[in-house]
Amino acid sequence: MTGAAADKPHLSRAHARELLHQMQRIRSFEEKCAELYTQEKIRGFLHLYIGQEAVAVGVMQALEARDGIVATYREHGHALARGLDMGRVMAEMYGKQEGSSRGRGGSMHIFDAAGRFYGGNAIVGGGLPIAVGLALAERMRASGAVCVAFFGEGAAAEGEFHESLNLAALWRLPVLFVCENNLYAMGTALRISESEPEIWRKAASYRIAAEAVDGMDVVAVEAAARRAVHSLREGEGPFFIECRTYRFRAHSMFDAQLYRQKAEVEEWKKRCPIRMFGDWAVAAGLLHPDEIEAIGREVEAEVATAVRFAEAGTWEPVADLRRDVMTPGEAS
Amino acid sequence: MSGTATYRDAVRAGIRDALIRDPRCFLMGEDVGRYGGCYAVSKGLLDEFGPERIRDTPLSESGFVGAGIGAALGGMRPIVEVMTVNFSLLCLDQILNNAATIRHMSGGQFSIPVVIRMASGAGRQLAAQHSHSLEVWYAHIPGIRVLAPATLEDAQGMLWTAIVDPDPVVIFENVMLYNMTGSLPAEVRPVDIDKAAIRRAGTDLSIVTYGGSLWKCMAAAAALAEAGIDAEVIDLRTLRPLDDETIMASVRRTRRALLVDEGWRSGSLAAEIMARIVEQCFWSLDAPLARVCSEEVPIPYPKHLEDAALPQVSAIVEAARRIMGAR
Repeated sequence: MTGAAADKPHLSRAHARELLHQMQRIRSFEEKCAELYTQEKIRGFLHLYIGQEAVAVGVMQALEARDGIVATYREHGHALARGLDMGRVMAEMYGKQEGSSRGRGGSMHIFDAAGRFYGGNAIVGGGLPIAVGLALAERMRASGAVCVAFFGEGAAAEGEFHESLNLAALWRLPVLFVCENNLYAMGTALRISESEPEIWRKAASYRIAAEAVDGMDVVAVEAAARRAVHSLREGEGPFFIECRTYRFRAHSMFDAQLYRQKAEVEEWKKRCPIRMFGDWAVAAGLLHPDEIEAIGREVEAEVATAVRFAEAGTWEPVADLRRDVMTPGEAS
Repeated sequence: MSGTATYRDAVRAGIRDALIRDPRCFLMGEDVGRYGGCYAVSKGLLDEFGPERIRDTPLSESGFVGAGIGAALGGMRPIVEVMTVNFSLLCLDQILNNAATIRHMSGGQFSIPVVIRMASGAGRQLAAQHSHSLEVWYAHIPGIRVLAPATLEDAQGMLWTAIVDPDPVVIFENVMLYNMTGSLPAEVRPVDIDKAAIRRAGTDLSIVTYGGSLWKCMAAAAALAEAGIDAEVIDLRTLRPLDDETIMASVRRTRRALLVDEGWRSGSLAAEIMARIVEQCFWSLDAPLARVCSEEVPIPYPKHLEDAALPQVSAIVEAARRIMGAR
């Protein structure tokens, strides 16, 4: 892990601002979510992405509107970085019918057809075969689009991980596998759950182009994702990026974090992706501290608007309970 | 195709027709290509359609069924073959947690037009990991449609209907039917999958069944006729959603019902249908309901024990006679 300014590719001011803005949107949105959870506005499970923002934001920079995305139950950041409206995402957290999944999914199941955002999958590893299939569809149609699967390092212990990697490699499908290695599968540390803790090596054993990057460094993630997506569009088969990152908050709001030391968390917090990038951008003369403050104000306003939208949202009538189980109105 | 054909030919004709009609359609599964299909259903299709559309997969049920679901989400019309229902337990996660669920948890944004075919049932001495009838497990799941074609016409036509259905469809092909011969209609056409079929009209009792048990029930009905008992035989065809209307109309006419189900008795589809009959037709009944199901053992290997574990014509006849108060 370098984080050194020298490694940074050339960034325009606008792009630097965009990266910081997107990461800050996720951070502020989720801090608000944690607060709303304690107020019982948001219920169920709430898995915060705080600390990992550079991964979703970095990878999304490499994607186009035509590309598909499959994410996990810790997907608020991916949804926002993909461009989903924050108000609709917040309304989904509330369970309101104005939400991105009409309230039916909640925090773990954010979907968006327009953004080709295929969830929000709460079965660890369960989204990987779906991503392979989406990529198969693109390949069979010769569309040139790619599909990205985000998952945690815990998924590497699941059979579906290995089945999906094998299938994607065998059929040379345009899948970008993005492993967000935050070192803990809920409370189970990587070191006690994997015989090979360097996850990217597993992908390499399937003859998939694979690398590990500093997942706290948004520019490094973006650069890796751009290389990967370029390779996918060239028809070079799947690509695998292991992003080494860390979750600053608990696994979910029920987690007392008995499995890790406070000192470890504090050590990682020093490598906060938002602060590191902000500091670097100021030092490099790309952003003025005033601009960073302005981003903060913009984001606070956006979050406040999203909360108002969710608060003003409505509950779906119970009479609608059975809708959206089967597709209506089709002769079958 | 017309004249003498097998059930296997009928399924193949249905797949072939789908591949010809819809360029988005493709077949994938274990050994569907070079081997020709575990039960020879897809024999010859690789030569005709090539490896892009007849895809041999690794032994990765969860991976390739999930990929079928993903491809359907991505606009294709995959037909995924799983060798047997026992193996489908390896992809139950994908079928239940994704195929059946994504439409609902996305608030109706996505439909998943995937067709998943699998063999089920016993009778070939394949023992306890290749012989089960778990149709009811799938019929339990909201968000999918479950079909059990028992005739050649249905085996062929249901594939068409399943392919154009916007939602996931699971098709069970009973292994004892593959060699059954009959004739296929000259022209392929979709069949209605919303209605159960009355395969034999009768007035004395309603025998309700599906899949491989249909033909045992037909034989039992013929034997009962000789004893002066006129049984009506209903082929459910679609196991989810159930066609209550046809079942209840029949039971109201005959006032007696016998369920025949190759699944295990506890929590069986037969149990579900009996409950529905009690809920909807209680006051029309002239006799207690009865059922013939598989014995509650893993299916054994030796022929005599396998036979004893499954619903057989003699047991169906006996149960029907009991309902009729005859000995």
